[in-house]
Amino acid sequence: MARMSEKKTKPVLGQSRPKANSAWQNLFAQHQETAVDSLLRLLLEPLASLLTWAVIAIALALPLTLILLLQNLQQIGSGLDQVSNISLFMVPEVTAQTLDETLRDISVRTDVAAAELITSEQALQEFEQNSGFGEALQGLDTNPLPAVILVTPAATSQPAVEALHAELAANPNVEYAQLDLAWLQRLNAIVEFASRMATLLALMLGAGVILVIGNTVRLAIENRRAEIVVIKLVGGTDAYVSRPFLYTGLWYGVGGGLLAVLLISLVMFGLQGPVSRLVGVYDSNFSLIGLGISNSCLVLMVAGFLGWFGAWISVLRHLRAIEPR
Amino acid sequence: MIKFDDVSKRYPGGHEALSHIDFHLGRGELAFLTGHSGAGKSTLLKLIMHMELASSGQVIVNGQNLNKLKRRQVPFYRRNIGLVFQDHQLLFDRTVYDNVALPLLIAGYEPREAARRVRAALDKVGLLHKENQNPIALSSGEQQRVGIARAVVNKPLLLLADEPTGNLDPELSAEIMELFEQFSSVGVTVLIASHDLSLISRLEHRMLVLDHGRLLPVGQE
Ligand SMILES: Nc1ncnc2c1ncn2[C@@H]1O[C@H](COP(=O)(O)OP(=O)(O)OP(=O)(O)O)[C@@H](O)[C@H]1O
Ligand SMILES: [Mg+2]
Repeated sequence: MARMSEKKTKPVLGQSRPKANSAWQNLFAQHQETAVDSLLRLLLEPLASLLTWAVIAIALALPLTLILLLQNLQQIGSGLDQVSNISLFMVPEVTAQTLDETLRDISVRTDVAAAELITSEQALQEFEQNSGFGEALQGLDTNPLPAVILVTPAATSQPAVEALHAELAANPNVEYAQLDLAWLQRLNAIVEFASRMATLLALMLGAGVILVIGNTVRLAIENRRAEIVVIKLVGGTDAYVSRPFLYTGLWYGVGGGLLAVLLISLVMFGLQGPVSRLVGVYDSNFSLIGLGISNSCLVLMVAGFLGWFGAWISVLRHLRAIEPR
Repeated sequence: MIKFDDVSKRYPGGHEALSHIDFHLGRGELAFLTGHSGAGKSTLLKLIMHMELASSGQVIVNGQNLNKLKRRQVPFYRRNIGLVFQDHQLLFDRTVYDNVALPLLIAGYEPREAARRVRAALDKVGLLHKENQNPIALSSGEQQRVGIARAVVNKPLLLLADEPTGNLDPELSAEIMELFEQFSSVGVTVLIASHDLSLISRLEHRMLVLDHGRLLPVGQE
């Protein structure tokens, strides 16, 4: 139609292009028009919309990044699960001879697969190289690091390893026997706790997103009050009047979700380097797991839903209250 | 078409805007509703529009008892009524065409049919050549006529107008009234609230005269 191209005014509430020919097609076309129109309205005020999108994106990205990092941490944990080592920290005054004897005694045990001695000198050397505190340590006149015997148990079952740990700990030359499994369990417990917190945070911020969108949609409703009154007087149903606002909420959500996915990808990309350097000590070919395509789609869908839901609450509360008087 | 049966309307403040109104308006009839300011003219129209509900008595429009209308039925009921406002209530964010097309869009008209009807309605009020303009660029008489086009585009059974000539000069007012007479002659029931006595007394139509919420038993009944 010629008039469509001639139009210079702003897009309108629920405008329909003349093209469909059945009632359903007509309704579909109306939805399509309303969806496009709602999006255009947001794009016509780019600054305000971007601000809302940014708020939503941050609220979504924060807990999601946290959850993603924790998942990565769990991944590292599970990778270490098979190798449960026992580190025997020897008493400081132990002689080199006693060390050798102890090492030999442990090595010949049938429940030990391998045992390796790291003397206090070796430990110091390694520490100086890796930690960057070398100069500080040079100031000390005695070596503060104890000798360590690294024991790899033959068995992998937890009770067997724990029994071995108890026996080795009883050796009077051993100051402290650390079962790496215990450390792992603690890590897992911490990760689990942190995951719970992150989920809680996600729920709270998700509720925040709903409220932000609800409030933004309330303002949009307020701005179009006159239009709503006229539409109600010429026979617009509640569904018809609400539709553009529900789409507005949907677009706020989807836009915020898109920005959140972008934000998360950026953060993960930025962390990739430092994290693999940090983790490389344990696992040489480690790489951070990102959001992935399917999870990104999920984020968009959830964000869209949150937006729609926030708008729906707002519509329910505020739109019905607008009645022609 | 419209039947008021002992209708009273008391506003929340306690003021009784209408008391014991009884009248009947037949199909295709045209009547003027007059009375002093505050007599209850707008209130009576609002009752017909289901914008307000009667405090007592029955309002029956086209066989439908408005007291029994459910909330979700109201929009469909209103689609049978064209309403012309004193302040026209046009939307300035869209063209004249889109303003007039609004009721058809809402009712889900097939677009080609909608376009045909919009053009017919605009033609009827003599504004077809302004369809692509923004209503803000029109004179008040033209704006009022766009409002009328929007009210009749749906081919309503009933046309209500609240002070449709309120701020128009006598010549324009007479033109607008002529339009209403034409709709009435094709079977639309028309009820016009107006206190422009000099104008409506010249037109020989039924008059409903309100005085402090009561219907006076005078006029050309
Ligand atoms: N929403 C309302 N709440 C309370 N009182 C109202 C309300 N609307 C109208 N009234 C009162 O009801 C009475 C009738 O008002 P109405 O608007 O129907 O008069 P009217 O005949 O249309 O007057 P006018 O010619 O000035 O438009 C008035 O006294 C008015 O103050
Ligand atoms: Mg009035």
